[in-house]
Amino acid sequence: MLKIRNLHAMIDGKEILRGINLDIKAGEIHAIMGPNGSGKSTLASVLTGNEAFEVVEGTVEFNGKDLLDMSPEDRAREGLFLSFQYPVEIPGVSMTNFMRTALNEQKKYRGEDILSASDFLKLMRDRKNLVDIDSDLTNRSVNEGFSGGEKKKNEIFQMAMLDPKLAILDETDSGLDIDALRIVANGVNKLRRPDNATILITHYQRLLDYIIPDHVHVLFNGRIVKSAGKELAHKLEENGYDWIKQELVE
Amino acid sequence: MGSEQDKLLEEVTNREYQYGFHSDIEMDALPKGLSEDVVREISRRKQEPDYMLEFRLAAYHNWLKMDSPDWAHLKIATIDFQDMIYYAAPKKKPLLDSMDDVDPELRATFDKLGIPLDEQKILSGVAVDAIIDSVSVKTTFRETLAEKGVIFCSISEAIREYPDLVKKYLGSVVPPGDNFFAALNSAVFSDGSFVFIPKGVRCPMELSSYFRINALNTGQFERTLIVAEDDSYVSYLEGCTAPMRDENQLHAAVVEIVTLDRAEVKYSTVQNWYPGDKNGKGGIYNFVTKRGLCKGDYSKISWTQVETGSAITWKYPSCVLMGNNTVGEFYSVALTNNYQQADTGTKMIHLGKNTRSLIVSKGISAGKSQNSYRGLVKVSKRADNARNFSQCDSLLLGDKCGAHTFPYLEINNSTAKVEHEATTSKIGEDQIFYCNQRGIDTEDAVGLIVNGYVKEVINQLPMEFAVEAQKLLQISLEGSVG
Repeated sequence: MLKIRNLHAMIDGKEILRGINLDIKAGEIHAIMGPNGSGKSTLASVLTGNEAFEVVEGTVEFNGKDLLDMSPEDRAREGLFLSFQYPVEIPGVSMTNFMRTALNEQKKYRGEDILSASDFLKLMRDRKNLVDIDSDLTNRSVNEGFSGGEKKKNEIFQMAMLDPKLAILDETDSGLDIDALRIVANGVNKLRRPDNATILITHYQRLLDYIIPDHVHVLFNGRIVKSAGKELAHKLEENGYDWIKQELVE
Repeated sequence: MGSEQDKLLEEVTNREYQYGFHSDIEMDALPKGLSEDVVREISRRKQEPDYMLEFRLAAYHNWLKMDSPDWAHLKIATIDFQDMIYYAAPKKKPLLDSMDDVDPELRATFDKLGIPLDEQKILSGVAVDAIIDSVSVKTTFRETLAEKGVIFCSISEAIREYPDLVKKYLGSVVPPGDNFFAALNSAVFSDGSFVFIPKGVRCPMELSSYFRINALNTGQFERTLIVAEDDSYVSYLEGCTAPMRDENQLHAAVVEIVTLDRAEVKYSTVQNWYPGDKNGKGGIYNFVTKRGLCKGDYSKISWTQVETGSAITWKYPSCVLMGNNTVGEFYSVALTNNYQQADTGTKMIHLGKNTRSLIVSKGISAGKSQNSYRGLVKVSKRADNARNFSQCDSLLLGDKCGAHTFPYLEINNSTAKVEHEATTSKIGEDQIFYCNQRGIDTEDAVGLIVNGYVKEVINQLPMEFAVEAQKLLQISLEGSVG
């Protein structure tokens, strides 16, 4: 589904990603871990097309298409979703209106019929139940006045609405209490299918108790320095990142 | 984002004004220029009674002594008042109440504008008075309204048919010598609408007028008078468009509203006059005096305006809160793009006791435009317990435009409570990227964000006009991201 080859990217003249290689197949969950400043969030931004970052080298193929050649909105329409680390507030724009615009734009791009108002509202209800989100959240303006936990839950709700092929969850677990974490994790698990995939960007092992990854990668200094199964996350939790740094030096 | 922005801005500026067509309707016009003879001729052609001619002449002589105001934050090229036509009427004068008699060209014009002139097509129950250049063409739904005793007709007709009402109220809120453009209007106004809601009547439908300037070199001077008697209610809407022309055209309207005890009038405007081209050439000068008088106790006047058109807008819909416990409201969205200039706001004059006013102004500036809010809140000595709340927000798109706020307060009573809040913000790249990431392109994202920003005002509009206003904002702004 996603093939990243030798990806280099910079911001303000500073190289943050220094040759990322990664393959993600349908049905898989990948966790990307690493210390602060290792380039985890930059990877998410570059993949989704944030113009603040400049790609200097490398290729990314998404379902056979050149991802880096596409506008941010077309990447989304191709089925790439980002759960933002810091979801943005848009005052006065209702979640209903926002989601309807987004979903219709995506459907138009794919040549599908857009949903009628009643079908759309039905889908909203259905997805709300699936991810166990308060109905109140969707009646409000996009993220306006939401608590940190509410914002993250709202991201998962949007993911459920848009049904992406590949979802990137950028630190979705940070700042969540245990109940909110469970809701977020349950949502992700319920949305998991053999034909979609997820990238979890996280600091902590905690989230991985609820969402079991197939692969765990350690990002350090802009490169993936270690990849293994889910047991790697436990090892990192127990021993921190120092032993990896040590290995690198040796 | 810089080059992206330039590219998008270029796209907007190349977008054509959607309503810029011109209809070939045969016109019967007076020659250019203004003199006492022209004023007399207008009055004669309209078969007006003497009292009206006297009103016009007095205003004309007043006007001669006045100067064009220069205090607004506007750059206005000198207007040659002798190089303008003051009266133009479609030649085939249609009979009222029969659609068959309306000139087919004219009907086609209205169809292009999307005006539901054809009564059969109207399901929503909007009664329409359509004014093209100088003459009121057709007023729909008159019989339904007449059953309730509501009068909704052209002002010309009212001058002839209801002289007592017109004499009593015309010029009672905006006196002929009020200001330069009001004086000019009083002298030469050609048509407009008259609304009278009798005691205790809730007008059963929205009343609406559409104004269109069509003929070349023509000024449009419409005059609207709304009188709401005790315990009555009416919601009135106006929409405006004009063809694209290289020259600037003048539009100087006067609107007067009077509410008696416990009456309520809601006046909504969606103004989309031709704004001029991307280089600032052409466009309408929109110099309008709108004022409501809350004469009776517990009465209420509410202005809602969505201003997206015109090269220059100079407009301050105001409320004189004369009765006790009266309420004045002003909700405004003013959008300027390219070289447009707007100096708009309101005046809330508190005279009675326990009077309240609310001002919500949302300015949006893009391109190289200048957008000013100018508002006066005045509390007189006798106006005990007056309350005002003002909220003035500005949204900037790009860094070549300007937003300005000029609030004036004159408080002469120590029991008054007056609050003013103002904010200025820019559309954030993070907001746009967030929308992009959900599959919404940048133009739609800007439209979405702007419509969120103006929601409080748009919510005041009746449903179908709210939808129209939202589309209009989106069209006027597409691509102007910064």
